[in-house]
Amino acid sequence: MEVFVQQLINGVTLGAVYGLIAIGYTMVFGIIGMVNFAHGDVFMISAFISLIVFMAITAVAGFSGGVVFLALLVALVVSMVITALYSWTIERIAYRKLRGSFRLAPLISAIGMSILLMNFVQVAQGARNKPIPPIMRDTINLFERNGFQVAISYKQVMIIAVTAILLAIFWYVVQKTPLGRAQRACEQDAKMAALLGINVDRTIAVTFVMGAALAAVAGTMFLTYYGVVVFSDGFVPGVKAFTAAVLGGIGSLPGAVLGGMLIGLIETFWSAYFSIDYKDVAAFSILAIVLIFMPQGLLGKPEVEKV
Amino acid sequence: MERTEKPVINWGQLFKDGVFAAIVAFGLFALMLGFKTDQTLNNEMVLVPRPMLLWSVVGLVFLARIAIGYWQASREGRIAPPKKATALWMLKAEKYGLPMVIGFLVAYPMFVLLTAGPQGAIKWIDNFGIQILIYIMLGWGLNIVVGLAGLLDLGYVAFYAVGAYSYALFATSEPIKDFLAQLIGEGFWQAWAFWICLPVAGILAAFWGVMLGFPVLRLRGDYLAIVTLAFGEIIRLVLINWVDFSNGYAGISSIPRPSFFGVPFNATDEGFSAKFGLEFSPIYRTIFLFYVILALALLTAAVSMRLRRLPVGRAWEALREDEIACRSLGINTVNTKLTAFAIGAMFGGFAGAFFAARQGFISPESFVFLESAQILAIVVLGGMGSLLGVVIASILLVGGVELLRELDFLKLYFGDGFDPAQYRMLIFGICMVLMMLWKPRGLISAREPTVFLKEKKIVSADHVKEGHG
Repeated sequence: MEVFVQQLINGVTLGAVYGLIAIGYTMVFGIIGMVNFAHGDVFMISAFISLIVFMAITAVAGFSGGVVFLALLVALVVSMVITALYSWTIERIAYRKLRGSFRLAPLISAIGMSILLMNFVQVAQGARNKPIPPIMRDTINLFERNGFQVAISYKQVMIIAVTAILLAIFWYVVQKTPLGRAQRACEQDAKMAALLGINVDRTIAVTFVMGAALAAVAGTMFLTYYGVVVFSDGFVPGVKAFTAAVLGGIGSLPGAVLGGMLIGLIETFWSAYFSIDYKDVAAFSILAIVLIFMPQGLLGKPEVEKV
Repeated sequence: MERTEKPVINWGQLFKDGVFAAIVAFGLFALMLGFKTDQTLNNEMVLVPRPMLLWSVVGLVFLARIAIGYWQASREGRIAPPKKATALWMLKAEKYGLPMVIGFLVAYPMFVLLTAGPQGAIKWIDNFGIQILIYIMLGWGLNIVVGLAGLLDLGYVAFYAVGAYSYALFATSEPIKDFLAQLIGEGFWQAWAFWICLPVAGILAAFWGVMLGFPVLRLRGDYLAIVTLAFGEIIRLVLINWVDFSNGYAGISSIPRPSFFGVPFNATDEGFSAKFGLEFSPIYRTIFLFYVILALALLTAAVSMRLRRLPVGRAWEALREDEIACRSLGINTVNTKLTAFAIGAMFGGFAGAFFAARQGFISPESFVFLESAQILAIVVLGGMGSLLGVVIASILLVGGVELLRELDFLKLYFGDGFDPAQYRMLIFGICMVLMMLWKPRGLISAREPTVFLKEKKIVSADHVKEGHG
């Protein structure tokens, strides 16, 4: 029971990170029907940007409690802006021209972009692990039974809170603003939306920007939670987040968050109760099983085969 | 080329575009290139500013944007040449180019031997010849699955791994060795292991092709790609974690090398050099390996060319164009897809067994997703379904990045810390994106129809629907 509650807390934290990345996949797939393979690497880049900003601020202003908190906040905002710029540039260069080209072209281009980003970071920042000093190590003890302490760390509280706040903002934007309306219109029928005067290109660019900004939140959280980032960190979290998007039903925003939570929980429980070595195998297996048996996901719409 | 009117170049606009691109580049690179995260001797992280690098990259982007803008503006109003001419050129290239390429490949080791001498030749035959041929073979094998049957497979490296591990495990297995030593004699297994295990590796890979192909029969397009990616990763992760079976990360070493049909390549009296009265040199083994992989690759090409004209090959191509029409015409799509997976996987298995034999050592590191992406990139860049395209793409991509290792003289300009090989995959990624922007259909994108009524018409890939398979 105690282990269960502790793992539940850990799983929800991890799930929040996956859910934030998954939104980027699901929105892009919903609106232009492509798997944005480079999204995982965009997430990795955001973690690096947070790292650099955080290090720059703490190097100048010292390493006390208040500064650390402020530095994290600034890192989060800067990372969101710059990662959004990355995603915008990627869409502009590698995907926009291929819209309406044959179906494999954007996918191949995205794989190429993923390789490019990963190796760009490797060349620019080096191939070694990049750790940050441990921060926010304090924990809140929830309860204790049979000598096992169930605790939630401030980091975890922060991750869950920030995720919840940003999801609420994001939800408001998509559901209540003209921008969100344009996005949903493009998702349903891009050609019709264009006829009704919506700038489809701009709407798609905004979708990429929003997805990247949320991935940047995930990247900053990932960095604070694990305290280390390396250039190849984009691939596996990216695939897991994509699994989350598929599990929740691709194209569905609540589905992405739900899927992220489920994947996070499955991963932590699998590591706790079965085998930590095979946790990635479990994630990949879920991906295959869901796509084969339940391609519409939990909250998605079933795809109709058109002739 | 004809022009309707002389293009007007608006320099003000070009300059504005350039400034905008430079600002974006500054935003992108200010942190990533402007600072380097480094570890001090005390394991503390420090930031090292690199303003020179940042400004030169931003300046480069500014100039590049203006150059691209100028190029685009100067092309405006130009009439594109008729499509048919290029398509005809492609058909001719496919028809005459392939025999020429094969002729060149057959003569390649001799040519290198004459120009570079026995010492220098090993590198050129091994790093370039054999390396490129492995990718050509993998490309031709994957071409059956992706190019002919239109099934997008991102986990092809799984079959490569199955082939490599089956050969490595069988050839190093003590029980088999002891059993055969009693039955036939000592040394038999060491000498013949490769030739016996090669077909076994192919069959096992084909079996795995069916095993992994069966669950994904209903999937198509991107989803198929992602599931095959997942399968490929699962196989690699199992190879890493199941240490009793595959020795995990440490891999399998001292795998027997292939023999010249029973005659080993060593310095003993029984060796190849002694038997044929030659002075001992490692070059003979390299040349022999080159011809083995060339033969295997040509076998792949021959089989896929023959299969294209058989009913099953036509069913593949029909499946690629339209699965629903295919089914309503009575084609068994289950069998059609599974044969494509099985045959494609079989050639992947052959290539894997050869790879294990050539390296003498394998580990899961060699079978990462990047390899799958690289093979798929070769097939797609070459033009799906085109055999010659795969050859050109392999030479450009694999040979091109391999050449970077040779560019040591660049150190003179960029300082000693500059290692061109570091940029291999970066350049590879850039090439993939640029190729897609320039020619999304690949280099050789037209093909001859296999079936025609009265008159052969060229099928330009632009008219063909993409594979939904």
